[in-house]
Amino acid sequence: MTVEFLRVSDLHAFYGESHILHGVDFTVNRGEVVTLLGRNGAGRTTTLKALLGLVGSRSGSVMINGREAIALPPHRIAHLGVGYCPEERGIYACLSAEENLLLAPPVGSGGLSLAELYAMFPNLAERREIQGTRLSGGEQQMLAVARILRTGARLLLLDEISEGLAPVIVQALARTIQALRERGYTIVMVEQNFRFAAPLADRFYVMEHGRIVEGFAAAQLPGKMAMLHEFLGV
Amino acid sequence: MTQLFGIPVAVILGQLMLGLVNGSFYAMLSLGLAVIFGLMRVVNFAHGAFYALGAFAALLGLQKLGIGYWPALVLAPLAVGALGILVERLLLRHLYQLDPLYGLLLTFGLALMVEGSLHQLFGSSGESYPVPAQLQGVFNLGFMILPIYRAWVILASIIVCFSTWFVIERTRLGATLRAATENAPLLQAFGVNVPLLVAATYGGGVALAALAGVLSAPVILVNSDMGSSLVVVVFAVVVIGGMGSILGSIVSGLALGMIEGLTKVAYPEASNIVVFVIMALVLILRPAGLFGRE
Repeated sequence: MTVEFLRVSDLHAFYGESHILHGVDFTVNRGEVVTLLGRNGAGRTTTLKALLGLVGSRSGSVMINGREAIALPPHRIAHLGVGYCPEERGIYACLSAEENLLLAPPVGSGGLSLAELYAMFPNLAERREIQGTRLSGGEQQMLAVARILRTGARLLLLDEISEGLAPVIVQALARTIQALRERGYTIVMVEQNFRFAAPLADRFYVMEHGRIVEGFAAAQLPGKMAMLHEFLGV
Repeated sequence: MTQLFGIPVAVILGQLMLGLVNGSFYAMLSLGLAVIFGLMRVVNFAHGAFYALGAFAALLGLQKLGIGYWPALVLAPLAVGALGILVERLLLRHLYQLDPLYGLLLTFGLALMVEGSLHQLFGSSGESYPVPAQLQGVFNLGFMILPIYRAWVILASIIVCFSTWFVIERTRLGATLRAATENAPLLQAFGVNVPLLVAATYGGGVALAALAGVLSAPVILVNSDMGSSLVVVVFAVVVIGGMGSILGSIVSGLALGMIEGLTKVAYPEASNIVVFVIMALVLILRPAGLFGRE
């Protein structure tokens, strides 16, 4: 049974005078992994930020779990059960790895415990006392993902989590996403790395010039490759 | 009598003690300024006015309502802190998108208004606040006489400063505060009510100033200018310690109070400027301050 968890309609976003998103429309069902594809500057990162209210201003409609979020401040949106992993990872230099992990308040029930997270990411357990930004790139990415799993968020917004990481780390992240999908999380990923995203996603949306130009299910992927070549150069 | 460089040791120790009392007020005031600046990037020029309001709240509480020193120690900071939250919610929060200069100008204007009003209402002569009965008298340490109230001020200030440092550096709430200082929008996206945190921080910072005001009431004349004369030195202390550094403001506050005291013994003419000379040297040699991050 498909239940809609996120419905974005006619979403516009602005930074000062610049109009970045020009009416974004898409939906994500509960338990789905959806990937936003597109070139750099197509508006994918801004779409995630606009969902959270982290842009200058925005209009349109963002329905999260049946609640309209367009007029809510960011901290209220998070409490609708949203977890955010920003492109720059957002690890705090002034906090230890464990303080980073404990930073985000609970936004829903059923978050993973510290013990479960350390079992999932053993490196973080060893390095818990280290200053967050002194972890390796891969460890920081694990930390950024683990941080939002502790909060009980059910909708995860993951921005370029495979970017700049060694292949072995990227594979570990892919297994993590797979495990999260099996646990029923709803995930929206922004990915440049098509090989990473392709086997994980249930559906894809392609963005161009601040709009969604194409949406299709994983099963339709082979027939869409020519179009993706054109849009993404993959 | 024992002497050091031709000066009686008792005189040196007496000035050191007075310097430490002044340093206690510097530390408590610069601590609040540092926390407020760290999180909000607001140079809170109204800090001296909130300090004066703390002292006047204690004085009026005693004269009009019969509220004694000990309850005033809690009630005056609470009242002034609430006023601070009101100032943040009604005025300051509109300025965060602008250049920090606007926050400085607004708080400077507020300080002038508060001090002008206090002057208008209570005149310029000042009033004394009695030392509470439990803290009257002196300790005779043999080598010097230590008034009990002054010892209490130093002790109370060290406890307050250390507790504030502990909360900020060693607790979950403090971790949230530090994170907000580093990247507030992301913290808010994680579900932390950052606007509330900012208002509470401003309220807490000015409540510290008010607490210093109550503590100072029995050792100074409570008057409308008490804040403005102190706040200039306190800003120098913050610059020397490093803008936004918690430990820096505590250590430099206490240390500069003592240096001032020693200068009064060695070369009294320089005692009013020694802090500013040190500030100039620090700015030249280590612009981020002694404890600031470069």
